Formats: sequence, structure tokens, C-alpha cells
Amino acid sequence: MSQTATMEHAVEPAETPLTPESWGKTGMWIFLAGDAMSFGTLLAGYAIIRSSSTNWPVPANVLGISLTAFMTFLLICSSVTMVKSLDAIKNGDKSGFRKFMGLTIAGGLIFLALQAYEWNELINHKNLGLSENPFGARLFGTTFYMITGFHGMHVTGGVIYLAFVLAAVHKRNYAGDCYNLVENVGLYWHFVDLVWILVFTFVYLL
Amino acid sequence: MATGTHGDHHVNYMAIFWWLLALTILEVMAGIPAAGPSYPQVLKGALLVGMALVKAGLVALYFMHLKYDKKALSFIALIPLVLCVFVVLMVMPDF
Repeated sequence: MSQTATMEHAVEPAETPLTPESWGKTGMWIFLAGDAMSFGTLLAGYAIIRSSSTNWPVPANVLGISLTAFMTFLLICSSVTMVKSLDAIKNGDKSGFRKFMGLTIAGGLIFLALQAYEWNELINHKNLGLSENPFGARLFGTTFYMITGFHGMHVTGGVIYLAFVLAAVHKRNYAGDCYNLVENVGLYWHFVDLVWILVFTFVYLL
Repeated sequence: MATGTHGDHHVNYMAIFWWLLALTILEVMAGIPAAGPSYPQVLKGALLVGMALVKAGLVALYFMHLKYDKKALSFIALIPLVLCVFVVLMVMPDF
């Protein structure tokens, strides 16, 4: 038994040179880089399709900019509460952590509710479908639902992930053990915010 | 002890928040169809993309702490951006 343990120890270095604080952080960054490629190829495809289209509608005339501007504001706020909750756990302040983490989750849930409202408006009142668009290019709806839907799934996953971390921290006695757990979910959440900043610009404003 | 080892840098998160908010308002102002005198589409595009990249940079550098991590991590983060620009440039001529 002890021999196996020593061998395992010899094979696996104690810390990663990229993020000496934890292996999990390196793992999260590699995942995020891959995920960024998924979003990146969607946005690249969007750029190519749109630039080659002759009847692409002006997004602001079809989509509600004020609502999505508020959704952008909401995600920025939830990123701030996320860093505040990381600060709280760093200082061992569990009740502060719960408060800010709860606010972050609430931000994500309101974002999702607003997105559901927006989709409902577009589908049922403006008749913007996956392959039909009364305002011009057919692919406008396709790309719109693909990109915002893919992002919405990330927010959904993020809310579940945040709730899991909130519960996991609640179970542990010593707050200091939880830092990496919270830091990694934070990285994911900020990434979702970052992607929305780009989606908001390219899909809604440009 | 554990508290001392984790990032002893003091980021003013509220300052970043106000920057992001201000840039978002500017973006919306630049993005909505101009009621008054309009300006060239290229200028609008450049302004919007520029502001979006600054906002994304602020989130990555300060909220995601890239500024305080090893430089190699920033390279990992930048690779997708570079590859995406590359994809657009490679595929565009075929359309």
C-alpha cells in the first residue's frame, strides 16, 4: 500500500506551474478556453453569415435593446457580488459569503426569466422563428436563437453550479478550505458574463 | 494561514463596476439607430467592438484575476480569441 502511495506521489507533481494555488483552477481555465472556442466559432459563423447577407435586418429594430441592456447590467452586478462572495470566503465570513452568493444566484435567475420573456415576445408576437423571419434574412433568427440559447444554457448551468457550491460550503466547517471551490465557480461565472458582453455587442448592438 | 496565501492584491471592484456600467451606457448610445446626424457604419462598428473588448478585458483582468496570475494563463485565455479571428479571415473569402 505505502509503495503505491509513494509511486503515485512520484508520478503526479504536487502543484501545477500555471496556477500554484490549485489544480482545479488550471482545469477550469482549460475548460474555459475550450468553451470560448465554442462561443468563438458561433460568433465567427455569425459574422460570416451576416457579412454575406444582403437583407440582414438592423438588430435594434427587431430585438429589444433596453431589456437586454438591463440584462447586461444584471450580469455585471452578479459578477460584482461573485467577487464579493470570494472576498467574504477569503476572510472566513460565511454569512457574508451566503448573502453575496445568494445575490449572484438571484441575478442569474432574473437574467434567465428575462431571457424567457424576450424569447416569448420574439416567437409569439414578432413571429421570429428558427428559420422564418418577417424582418429579412432567414438566418437572422437561426443565429440569434443558437447564440443566445447556447449562452442561456451556460447561465442555467452556472446557476446550478453556484447553488451546488453554496450548499457544499455550507456543509464544511472551515471556510478556508472552500476558497478554491468558490474561485473556480467564480471564474466560470465571470466567463459567462464576459461572453454576454460580446454577444450583446455583436448580436444586439452592431 | 490559508487566507494569507490567496491573492493579497486589493482590487477596487466597485471602480471596475462603474467602468463597465459607463461603457455599457456608451455602447447602447452608440448602438441604437441614430436619431440625429448619423455617422459611418465602420466608425460605429469600430467603436462598439473597441468598447466590448475593453469591457471583456476588464472582466478577465480584474474579476477573473488574470492580471495577478502567471502570464502563461493569459496566453491560454487569448488563444481562442486569436483562433476565432483566424477562422473568420480564413472562411470569409469563400462566401
